[in-house]
Formats: sequence, structure tokens, C-alpha cells
Amino acid sequence: MNPASLSIALRLDRRPRGPAHFSLDATFYVPPGFTILFGPSGAGKSTLLDCIAGLLRPREGQITLGADTLFDSARGVNLPPQVRRVAYLFQSPALFPHLTVEENISYGISQLPLTARRERVSEILARFRVASLNRRKPHEISGGEQQRVALARSLVTIPRALLLDEPLTGLEAGLKAAILEDLRAWNAAQKIPILYVTHNRDEVDALGERVVAIEEGRILSTGIPREILDAPRRQRLAQAAGFENFLAGVVKDLRESDGVMRVQLAGSSAEIEVPLGYASPGDQVRIAVRAGDILLATEPPQSLSARNILEGILTSIEERGATIVCRVLAGVPFVVHVTRGALRSLELAPGQRVWLILKTHSCHLVES
Amino acid sequence: MQSLWLSLKLASFVAAILLAVATPLAYWLAFTRTRAKFLFESVVALPLVLPPTVLGFYLLVTLGSRGVLGKLWLALFGHTLAFTFEGLVIASCVYSAPFAVQPLINSFESIDKKLLAASAVLGASRWRTFWRVIAPLALPGFITAAVLSFAHTLGEFGVVLMVGGDLPGITQTASIEIYDRVQSLQYAAANHLALVLLVIAFVVLSAVYAMNRKALSPWTAR
Repeated sequence: MNPASLSIALRLDRRPRGPAHFSLDATFYVPPGFTILFGPSGAGKSTLLDCIAGLLRPREGQITLGADTLFDSARGVNLPPQVRRVAYLFQSPALFPHLTVEENISYGISQLPLTARRERVSEILARFRVASLNRRKPHEISGGEQQRVALARSLVTIPRALLLDEPLTGLEAGLKAAILEDLRAWNAAQKIPILYVTHNRDEVDALGERVVAIEEGRILSTGIPREILDAPRRQRLAQAAGFENFLAGVVKDLRESDGVMRVQLAGSSAEIEVPLGYASPGDQVRIAVRAGDILLATEPPQSLSARNILEGILTSIEERGATIVCRVLAGVPFVVHVTRGALRSLELAPGQRVWLILKTHSCHLVES
Repeated sequence: MQSLWLSLKLASFVAAILLAVATPLAYWLAFTRTRAKFLFESVVALPLVLPPTVLGFYLLVTLGSRGVLGKLWLALFGHTLAFTFEGLVIASCVYSAPFAVQPLINSFESIDKKLLAASAVLGASRWRTFWRVIAPLALPGFITAAVLSFAHTLGEFGVVLMVGGDLPGITQTASIEIYDRVQSLQYAAANHLALVLLVIAFVVLSAVYAMNRKALSPWTAR
């Protein structure tokens, strides 16, 4: 079976409470693999997922999954959620509290004979690293484990699409990354469309093969993250995505075997190495770097894996809550965030000579 | 003692019938989105505020030979419902309905809606979702509903008198026998029966309150 894509075109009006009128008007396409649905809260992300899962009926439109029509207002088709085979993970794990982990996971495959069911359950338990928990009740396991179990429970049904509504909110970053890695590995074989809702800027380019940006019920743009976060009219999204540093430069050469290219920064002799993008030597490009992704050193760093080390002068230090905002002139101005602790232990002061360290993969090509 | 057995029999029938009837009604009231929901809730709650004589009067009319149910029963079984045990069961079901419906609505409504959505998305029909998710999680509600409708039926007086009359062995329940004994100044006999009802009511209510405090839901984290 060829991997099926999910295509969505729908309109919906809602008056949730009070006079505030919310309307959703969205047309987009989710190919196999990860697609991020990105937008501020209240943009209509969850409503959209509810429509795709069949929990909510749009006013009009069409939703298709591969060759199957899930919803079509013109033809009066509206498949119930039970037969859509679209898995849906909410912000809360929503595990059945009275069932054990194993019973939760086999909930969606009760139609299978016992041996097949057992086999599937133990396979998915192992894949999502929760095999040791199978006899526990949901309230006896941690939040991260609960989400792993919820994920396993959805995926054991072999869904044809997966919807995730900020399922990892509140989990610690390392845990989150580990769960996403397991999900990625699972989908490498399954190749189903995965629509991942987040308003967390960091997750956008951590996960984003594709991004669909949504605001106030409208799709703003669709594309790969750097395209989305680049264009001037998406300035708000780009800023929201936490890029404080935009560096102009010219591509010097491409090193395709290394997956990188070298960029000469404008107004400086400095060169930095950035991931290979859609650009050729001589192209004008813009690179975005988060202030929090830049490391600061007070001595020339050595023996580092980071390829980009720029020497500069610390021009100002400003406290903004728990974050210390340092401005550094290294040919071009940079904004760097450090912690209060770092400020103390490095004894940073304006006028000091510093080195900036940029990991190649922290440099995002946003325009070429 | 005959009247006490009759009361217990009546209360058991009523509790069993109400569980069967109130469950779909409470399910509908808990999950419906109709704006007229408040009307249905009011109708179910009416027996709480109506004088038993008013309720008993209308029930008597309905169950009698000219009433809708009475005529139907007459056609089916050859007698009307007024002043029979069956009539008493039907009247008591109406009278105790709020005590079964309300705890069930409460326990259905307290179930996380996400669990129901999760169940649907996992392919479970409404029927399966009810039996596998709603019913186990609403277990305390079912027990409360059964116990309260049992206890409330045991203690009813006005409706029974209106609909059932006072026929020993057929419609004379314990509460009515107590009334009769007092009327004929048999205080000791009245006291015996009254004490038994008091003890039953206390035990039953203690059980319900104890259970609600512990939230007899072994599955939720404490």
C-alpha cells in the first residue's frame, strides 16, 4: 500500500461562548512524514484536529486520506471517528484510569484474536520502551511514561494518519526529544502523515520537515520551516520563533559531502559554516541564529566540535528577568543570551574580548 | 413483619427497574447538547418538590381504569394498576427517579470527555465505550443510585397511600403499617417497625457517604 496523504479543505464557524466569533477556513495538505501545525493559541489548531479526527463536523469542505473520503459536505459524507483510522493524541494522555497499561494499549485492537493482540501489544510496548510497565495502572507511572503509553495505544491500531495536539507539553526537553525520536523511528517504517500541533517555537525546526502556519483560523503559509519563517510578511512568526540574530552574507562554497556550505558574513571578514540549503556560490543569503543557541567564551576555545568561532567585543550587558542579554560586536552585531550564573562565573563586563561559538546546525538559512 | 417484607420487596424492584431505566435517561441528559435539557432535568426532579399527595393523585388517575396506563394494563392483564403491587412499583419508580437519575448524571458528567474521545478515535462504538469506559468509571454513581432509590422507596408514605391504599399483604408497606399502629395506639409495635426502618436507613446512608468519601473509585489516584 502506498503511503496515503491527508488533504484538508474545510470551513467552520463557531461561537464558543460570548459574542466572539471564530471561523476556521483552512486548506492544506499533509504528506507522509512530520508536518508541524504552528500557530499561537486560539488559532484554531485543536479545532482543526477535531475536524480531521471526526469529533467535530465542519460546516463545509472535504477531508480525504489517500483514496478515502473522510468528510465531504457536498456528498453528505461524514465518517464517524471510529472508522477513520486516524489516531489522535491529546495534550493529556487520556489513558483509561481503570485499565492497566497493557489493557489500555490493547483497547483499540480488541477485534484481533488473543494471540495476535498479545504479539502486537508486546511489540509496541518494547518499541516505546514501556514494556516493564504493562501491569501498572496509569496513575502509577510518570507523565512521560503516560504519554509513551498513549502513543503506543494509538499506534498499535496501525492508523493511517496521526494527529498530535501538543502531546509533550510539560515534559522535560530531553524526555520530549527521546519520545519524538522513537516516534520518528516508528514512522520511518510506517510512513503515515503526522500532523503535529505546537506553539512551541523550538519544536518547529527541531521536527519540521514541513510547517503549516495558522493564525486566527487561516492558513498563513505552508512550506519548510525556513521558508515559513523567512518572508517579511511572516516577520511576526519569525520573531515569534525566537530568532534574534539575522545575518546577511554571501555563499562562498558548497561542501555537499559534508552537508554544509560556507557563508561570508557581510561587513566582516568572518566566515561561518551553515547547513547546506537551496543556494549556490555567490548567492546573497540570510542566516537566522537564536540568541540562546550561541555560546560565549572569554578565552579562545579549542578542541570544539563547533565549526564557527567568531572573535568580538562585548559591548553591553542587560538583564531581562532570568536571561542576560549580551550584545557582541564580531564584525557584525550579535545578540547572545547567557544565564545569570554564566555572567557571574565568566565575570563578564562591557569592553571585554569574547569568542562566539555557533554550532553549524544552529544557523538557519532563511533566505537565498 | 409482612409489611416490612413488602417494603423491602418493593424497594428492591424499584431500585432494579430504576437502574435499567435511569441509566439511558441519565446518559442522554449528561451528554445531550439540546437546549431543552433544563426542561427534562426539571421534569425528572419534580418528585423532589411536589407534595406526595399531588404526585400520588396524578399517578392514581394515570394508573386507574380511565388512565392511560391503567387502560393498557386492563387490556393486557385484566385489572387496573391502582391498589395493586405493580401499581405501587410504577408509582415508586416515578417518585424515586430523581434519586437514581441525578447521581448517574453527576458521575457521567464527571468523566473526562477526552477519555470518550480517545475511545471513539480508537475505534470503539458508543456501546463499547459505555461498557468499557463509562460504566466502570461511573460505578460509584451506579451504587449511589441503587442505594438511594432503594432507601427512598423504603421510606415513602404519601404516594403509597394514594396509589396503593392500605391493603395488608398487597400494598401495606412498613411505613403505612407504622401509621396504622399509631392510629390504633399500638405504640410498642409501631416503635419496633420504626426502629427497623431507622436502622436500615442509617446503615444505607452511612454506606453511601462512606463510599463517596473514599470515592469508591479504586482507579483514580488519591
